[in-house]
Amino acid sequence: MNEDLLRSLTPSVLAILVRRGADFAAAEDAVQEALVEAVRVWPADMPRDPKGWLVTVAWRKFVDATRADTARRRREDRFDEEPAPGAAPAVDDTLQLYFLCAHPSLTPSSAVALTLRAVGGLTTRQIARAYLVPEATMAQRISRAKRTVSGVRFDRPGDVSTVLRVLYLVFNEGYSGDVDLAAEAIRLTRRLAAAIDHPEVAGLLALMLLHHARRAARTAPDGSLVPLAEQDRGRWDTASIAEGVGILQAALARDRLGEFQAQAAVAALHADAPTAEETDWVQIVEWYDELVRLTDSPVVRLNRAVAVGEADGPRAGLTALAELDDSLPRHTAVAAYLHERDGDLARAARLYAEAAHKAPDLAERDHLTRRAARLNNRRSR
Amino acid sequence: MAKYLLLKHYRGAPAPANDVPMDQWTPEEISAHMQYMSDFAARLEKTGEFVDGQALAPEGTWVRYDGEGRPPVTDGPFAETKDLIAGWMVIDVDSYERAVELAGELSAAPGAGGKPIHEWLELRPFLAAPPTITE
Repeated sequence: MNEDLLRSLTPSVLAILVRRGADFAAAEDAVQEALVEAVRVWPADMPRDPKGWLVTVAWRKFVDATRADTARRRREDRFDEEPAPGAAPAVDDTLQLYFLCAHPSLTPSSAVALTLRAVGGLTTRQIARAYLVPEATMAQRISRAKRTVSGVRFDRPGDVSTVLRVLYLVFNEGYSGDVDLAAEAIRLTRRLAAAIDHPEVAGLLALMLLHHARRAARTAPDGSLVPLAEQDRGRWDTASIAEGVGILQAALARDRLGEFQAQAAVAALHADAPTAEETDWVQIVEWYDELVRLTDSPVVRLNRAVAVGEADGPRAGLTALAELDDSLPRHTAVAAYLHERDGDLARAARLYAEAAHKAPDLAERDHLTRRAARLNNRRSR
Repeated sequence: MAKYLLLKHYRGAPAPANDVPMDQWTPEEISAHMQYMSDFAARLEKTGEFVDGQALAPEGTWVRYDGEGRPPVTDGPFAETKDLIAGWMVIDVDSYERAVELAGELSAAPGAGGKPIHEWLELRPFLAAPPTITE
């Protein structure tokens, strides 16, 4: 598949141009033009060395573009000194690109857009459609981002946690447009894991694989959400689960725990249970305790309250919930669930309806409305 | 072609004929309603009349400028606001009559008991750009 090949070559081609001295913004434009050229030419005339071809064409595009600039002579000199393109080790260059595109000077939305374009090789139009914004808006966002990082030196290693946050954001956006962002995030994280030996990179990759494995079971044919406990576990992707668990175990063995490894451990325990009833909730609570220690995040504490409700009964869950601020997102939905488990159906139905009112997305609103409707109907019969 | 906004209200519109809150429906009735809405949008995409559709959260914030160098003033959300917009659909159609016809169809979405809600929708024409030929 040409498109997959092209997109897998994009970051290393871009990195080679930057290493040769092209500034990042101009290099990125040149690579995009070379990709367009490749889509046109390759089907009829596939080059033997696709990467070398792309480097040559992109460099020519870059030089053509800069010839028109006032800095013409200086850049031509640089071109003349340049060695012929040959096989280049891609891995370290690619890693630098990840760091650049997730640079702390960028806003999260800019970092996401730039990563998808420069590392992922997606077109501006594809990224715009994935995020449901006009193409012109996305083009501006990307070109501003490129200008922001243009002055960043390309030779220092960055902070891997900023890269992981960007990839996590991409994964969590799911799949709304014609680009499957979840699959794209996995692809990019897999490459990052190949380029850098870091337990949290492995942890994030495992987390993504374990969640992605449940994707087919997460929605009913009518598009409504199916909660974890009610999913048809036969529809989970066992190959993806096995891979995720293997990656996670290798990471945990190195004894450098981080939040992504701990989140992946929770996901692995769910994946490991043949039925919802056989879930090892006691161990899940222990992982949430680790997560509270690592992040001290109120959202983690909320999830922990759910797990406590399963491990020690709904009353214990409600006690844990009572310690949390009730303005937290999904607090009301968790309260509704725990009261339902506790047998107080009238209160649960009322809370589900209230939670639906506060829901942050349509699928969740519909889901919570259905829970309320189901309880209201059961009570009236 | 002319663009129209089909505005759906949580409150502010006259009460519909089949006025039962959704959490009192059966889950099957909710599914039927959702299906009707998505089929309607899909059909308008096929006829080339669909532009946009969005749902809004019920609660928002009022914001205004408060002078140079000061942060904006915010107020709300207000529980007792008379009118609340729930969401909208934008259509691009050949005539006012067609817009009314489509709004009528959308208002026929099934609710409790599988019967149409008869919900009031507000139909508002967009103010268009001036035409090139004016005489």
